[in-house]
Amino acid sequence: MKTFAAPVAGAIGFILLWQVAVWLRVADPILLPPPSEAFTDTWAALTRGTLALDTWRTVQRTMLSFLIATVIGVPLGVALGAKESVYRSVEFVVDFFRSTPASAMFPLFIVLFGPGESTKIAVAAFGAALVILFNAAYGVINARRTRVLAARIMGASGPRIMADVLVWEALPQILVGMRAGVSLALVIVVVAEMFIGSTDGLGHRVINAQMLFESGLMYGTIFVAGALGYALNLLFLLIEKRFVHWAGR
Amino acid sequence: MSIPPREAAISIRGLRKAFGGQPVYSGFDLDVRRGDILAIFGPNGCGKSTLINMAAGLLPMDGGTILYDGRDVADVRVGYVFQNYREALFPWRRAADNIRYPLRLMGLPKSEIERRVERLAASFRVRFDLHRYPYELSGGQQQLVSIMRALAVEPEVLFLDEPFSALDYETTLSLRDLLQAVLKEIGVTTLLVSHDLEESIVLADRLLMLTRRPTTVADDVPVALPWPRGTAALSSPGFVAIKARCLDVFQAAVAA
Ligand SMILES: Nc1ncnc2c1ncn2[C@@H]1O[C@H](COP(=O)(O)OP(=O)(O)O)[C@@H](O)[C@H]1O
Ligand SMILES: [Mg+2]
Repeated sequence: MKTFAAPVAGAIGFILLWQVAVWLRVADPILLPPPSEAFTDTWAALTRGTLALDTWRTVQRTMLSFLIATVIGVPLGVALGAKESVYRSVEFVVDFFRSTPASAMFPLFIVLFGPGESTKIAVAAFGAALVILFNAAYGVINARRTRVLAARIMGASGPRIMADVLVWEALPQILVGMRAGVSLALVIVVVAEMFIGSTDGLGHRVINAQMLFESGLMYGTIFVAGALGYALNLLFLLIEKRFVHWAGR
Repeated sequence: MSIPPREAAISIRGLRKAFGGQPVYSGFDLDVRRGDILAIFGPNGCGKSTLINMAAGLLPMDGGTILYDGRDVADVRVGYVFQNYREALFPWRRAADNIRYPLRLMGLPKSEIERRVERLAASFRVRFDLHRYPYELSGGQQQLVSIMRALAVEPEVLFLDEPFSALDYETTLSLRDLLQAVLKEIGVTTLLVSHDLEESIVLADRLLMLTRRPTTVADDVPVALPWPRGTAALSSPGFVAIKARCLDVFQAAVAA
């Protein structure tokens, strides 16, 4: 019970602050509606409008790009990490593109994939894949050397060591990379929904609400996007706890 | 000590190894008799780990040969117990699965694997739950699992690199008693690295004292004390005499 008390108090405090700001007329009521209005507008959009569908579309896109990123990033990262010299030679490229804002690559991806659905998925998958690859490679590179030697002396072949030791050693780091990757995929998908010809998705809904001065709905949609990101992060933390019970022990 | 070739389980000839131009071994010879427990005692950094790692095939040598009854280490079943059990066991496998792992690699049938695990558990009088994960066990229990894993393959040669140095004294004493009983029962040729003189004498048939680098043999001490060597053996006249001799050698050659 105690674990919930603090965050709930924080959330109530935040809403109170918002209400006080409205009372003090810190901003134009058109731009800063009271929390109650934001809530009713958002509730109406969820139950009668398209907000639920928008949320679902964003979840779908995020999951699809995340899946592609994982399928590419994990095996490639593990393979590169197993050959540290090879990883060192591609490290600069990985780091460079990892540091490049994905939004700066929208035009390039639009040229490559056209102004539609596949571009959103491709950019998000690209960004997430680099993060996942980088973490997987480092997980393997930092594998405890003693464990590798132990497997070798027990007669494990190269591929066996890879499957029985390196992948497991890297698993905690791989999951950290996947958690970072899914968060990044969500960020990129939402931005892509704003700027790459969309008719649905949370990004599209936010920018639409803003242009139509539906401030209550805009705040509500931002909140839904935030809740989504928070939930994804939490989900992956739970998965990490459950599946890599040995991490850090 | 000259050992007839037919009794020698391990013969090392002209071993050379250097790190970054600094020689650790330059022409090192050693024969180990079959079934003997050889303790290798020497100051930190003198090359004890380097020696058994080369013997175990974990580290390439610069020159010389290490032969097991004429065979290369690749053709010999070996067991190895690392100093750091925490980093040697697989924490994603349960203790029993750690022990089964090398047996599965060997492709043994399930019934044989279970038979060996049960026999090891009986020999070492294991009372804790082997179904637990290594990190749920105490340090002594983890190192015991390591030892069982190394012995599961029924090795021809067993290597132990300071197996007790991360454990407290009480745990060390009880593990030492268990280990000597089992090693003497199965008669496996053993190389034990230690920087604890008492431990080296208690566990060994023969004690090799090494000098600082470049490493040579300071003394080669036969330890003909009767087995088993319990805590009482530590104060027996034979033990005290050997310890005194070793300390003299240590003062003269190693610490000089
Ligand atoms: N991989 C390595 N690279 C460079 N020097 C090493 C390496 N391994 C061991 N050494 C050096 O060789 C010497 C012997 O090391 P080691 O066999 O680990 O000693 P110990 O007798 O304590 O087990 C030490 O001086 C150590 O610094
Ligand atoms: Mg050492």
